[in-house]
Amino acid sequence: MTDLKRRSLIAALGAAPFAVPLLAKAQTLDANPKFKVIPSRERIRQRYFPNLVLTTHEGKQVKFYDDLVKDKIVVFNMFYAKCEGICSPVTRNLVRVQNLLGDRVGKDIFFYSFSLKPKEDTVAALKHYAEMHKVKPGWLFLTGTAEDMELLRRKLGFVDPDPEVDKDTSNHIGVLKYGNEPLERWGGCPGMQAPDAIAEAISWVDWPEDSAKKNGGAK
Amino acid sequence: MAYISKRNRRKEKERQTAANNRSELIAAGFKRRDLLKMGLLTSAGMLIPKKGLSAHPITSAGMVFDDPQSPPTTPFVENMPRLPVLAPVASLTPAPTIAPNTAAGEGRTVSHQAFAQFPPQRFYELIQQQGTVLMAPAGELPPQTIWGFNGTTPGPLIVERYGNLGSPGNGSILVRQRNNLPSNNGGFGFPSVTTHLHNGHTPLESDGFPCFFFTQGQFYDYHYPNVYAGINSTHPGTGDIKEAMHSLWYHDHRIDHTAENTYKGLAGTYILFNEFDTGNENTGFRLPSFGDGQNPLTSFDIYMVFNDKVFDEQTGLLRFDLFNTDGILGDKFLVNGKINPVLHVSPRRYRFRWLNTGPSRFYQMFVLGPNNTTKSFWQISTDGNLLERPVQVNSARFSVAERVDVIVDFTGQAGKTFYLENRLEQDDGRGPTGDVLGAGQGTKILKIVVDGPAVPDNSVNPATIPAGTYFYGFPNTNDVPRITRTFRFERGNGQWQVNGQLVGSCSAAPRFRIKRNTVEKWIFQNNSGGWQHPIHMHFEEFQTLSINGNPPASTGIIQRGRKDVFRLEHNMEAQVYFRFRDFVGRIPLHCHNVVHEDHAMMVLGAIDDVGDNNTQP
Repeated sequence: MTDLKRRSLIAALGAAPFAVPLLAKAQTLDANPKFKVIPSRERIRQRYFPNLVLTTHEGKQVKFYDDLVKDKIVVFNMFYAKCEGICSPVTRNLVRVQNLLGDRVGKDIFFYSFSLKPKEDTVAALKHYAEMHKVKPGWLFLTGTAEDMELLRRKLGFVDPDPEVDKDTSNHIGVLKYGNEPLERWGGCPGMQAPDAIAEAISWVDWPEDSAKKNGGAK
Repeated sequence: MAYISKRNRRKEKERQTAANNRSELIAAGFKRRDLLKMGLLTSAGMLIPKKGLSAHPITSAGMVFDDPQSPPTTPFVENMPRLPVLAPVASLTPAPTIAPNTAAGEGRTVSHQAFAQFPPQRFYELIQQQGTVLMAPAGELPPQTIWGFNGTTPGPLIVERYGNLGSPGNGSILVRQRNNLPSNNGGFGFPSVTTHLHNGHTPLESDGFPCFFFTQGQFYDYHYPNVYAGINSTHPGTGDIKEAMHSLWYHDHRIDHTAENTYKGLAGTYILFNEFDTGNENTGFRLPSFGDGQNPLTSFDIYMVFNDKVFDEQTGLLRFDLFNTDGILGDKFLVNGKINPVLHVSPRRYRFRWLNTGPSRFYQMFVLGPNNTTKSFWQISTDGNLLERPVQVNSARFSVAERVDVIVDFTGQAGKTFYLENRLEQDDGRGPTGDVLGAGQGTKILKIVVDGPAVPDNSVNPATIPAGTYFYGFPNTNDVPRITRTFRFERGNGQWQVNGQLVGSCSAAPRFRIKRNTVEKWIFQNNSGGWQHPIHMHFEEFQTLSINGNPPASTGIIQRGRKDVFRLEHNMEAQVYFRFRDFVGRIPLHCHNVVHEDHAMMVLGAIDDVGDNNTQP
């Protein structure tokens, strides 16, 4: 990745947050007592983002929705500190993505890695893992109770429909989910995708002042 | 595969339990209507999975969790809409240009390559915009906010004609599309689009390449010359009539976001007639008349767009599973935008054009008659391409994006009721289990009542066609391929892959380069017993050379048909034959389970005048 390319990507991403109010004006529906009128952003929160208390690699307690997701552009993945297989390559890949995104990470873009083995992933183990990979601010490694981490994994779709395959944690580590919470734009991509492709996918859910100017084109 | 059989045993037990529970309820005197009222039965006739009642048991921990169930709706009340035909416009402002009209807000980045050769004869406008529709009988579900072409879903039907042989280009059209989608997506939908004409022989800047997207406020001119493949190569001046295509469709193809955008409504249909498949049952092949597409007394050629959706149990609104990577199944089955509608027909022959727009379900469609009888019908095409002759079948299987044209003969059936019934069992997004359910045990999708007035039927009776080729016949497959390429569709670390690779960036160099006007042999491999994939190649139709080493029998007319989606089933290897002719540009090969497609199961290639020798792109 050349500096030029990196600079142009950062410029393209821009840095001006734009937030739709959480309780947006309710859609006008015909009065149908069978159904509730719930703003779609709120419905997404109810479905996917339980407000669980998690612990960061810095030992801080945070609420999943209130502190980590609300009003932000976020990137999710799964890992565990002692993972011998694909964890480190994915983490190293994401470090490159973090570098490509520059100081946007920590400002309005945040990376979150959730532990698949919360019982062995102590704060110290998470901190060691983060330091070993030289991650920069704006990226948190998170653990919690086993039940909470399992709930989170399922809520965020890090699952395989086959129960036997689902038991193999390596199947959940290779996947990234990302999105813009207030804009309700979400996507997923492989964690081993080329870093510029991941940064490109994240740029597509950027705030509209910036993303609306971009159009297609390929070599 | 050990886990498959284990899974089947468990499923069989659950199914048996469900059947027993249903029998008990029926024995206790409950009627279907009671069950519906009690909320224990879905419109499609499936028992809701409470206390082991479900006919479609939930099979894994992943699916048990927060598995959505749509609110109940009453089936077979509303009429099936006939798709409205799009009218051309006199002119476009600003006038179309060969080079992208960037200054006026066009999002195209590549100049039209065949505009001067085939100047557009007619112009159309399609606007990607929000619309409000009712998908269920009034009062049962709230009005749904969709994104559609001209605000409708399915979008308007484009009916066009190839230029006659000897005067190619008379069918050339230009469709201007304008992205007027809102920023507020209501929970899902990506307001950046590119439209693929599936599967036009179209200059590739107009093909809807996934990276050639345009954003809100922009427009994009799509030039569709509507010419037969071979026009600038093997059959100069005419094209090869054996490459005629008749049932096409157009849909959003935005890289990474096709599933949500097509699920939200961005798909429509496209028919091409010519001097053989004329749309008039008194001429040419004498297939049932299209008429004006609306009048039931004169229109007997009907496009049916199938898709399955889920509605939120609390809000009643269309629900899209944002974080699913396996494939999304709905529990409501729509035809032309309505859940379980009714079609009234006259006692005569009809041409139905079946299209499955997904997102992930496969169908095996039967025509169910009274007393659980199965009515045979005639399959006349694969993916909109006429076979050598009609073939009598009891069912047709089609995965996402496949099309099947059939002739169903209701002559002498006045007063009877039929159903289109999907009997292919599928429990999750991986693909069907392979089990085909018994008559009446599947999902009834469309009710067909033969209560229309008696009307003349001058269409050909397929039963009386003499032996031999009736339509065009198939092109030969004798030319020596320039290269054989292998594409292995697989899953690793929970990621979809082709040849162990991921789709990569839009700005990356093409993974493979096809040399224009050459023949290639491709091998599609699926080494998994767990997943199936509808594999789609843009721009050219292929012919199947072999499946698992066995060439199609000479009598296997359907297996030999030209296609653009290969249904790659469990542990299957297929060899297919392609000719890439006439035009150049960027081109994707991908899985058309749109959820797999959005998660990197795609290869971005190109056609140029050099080509490469990459045998495993």
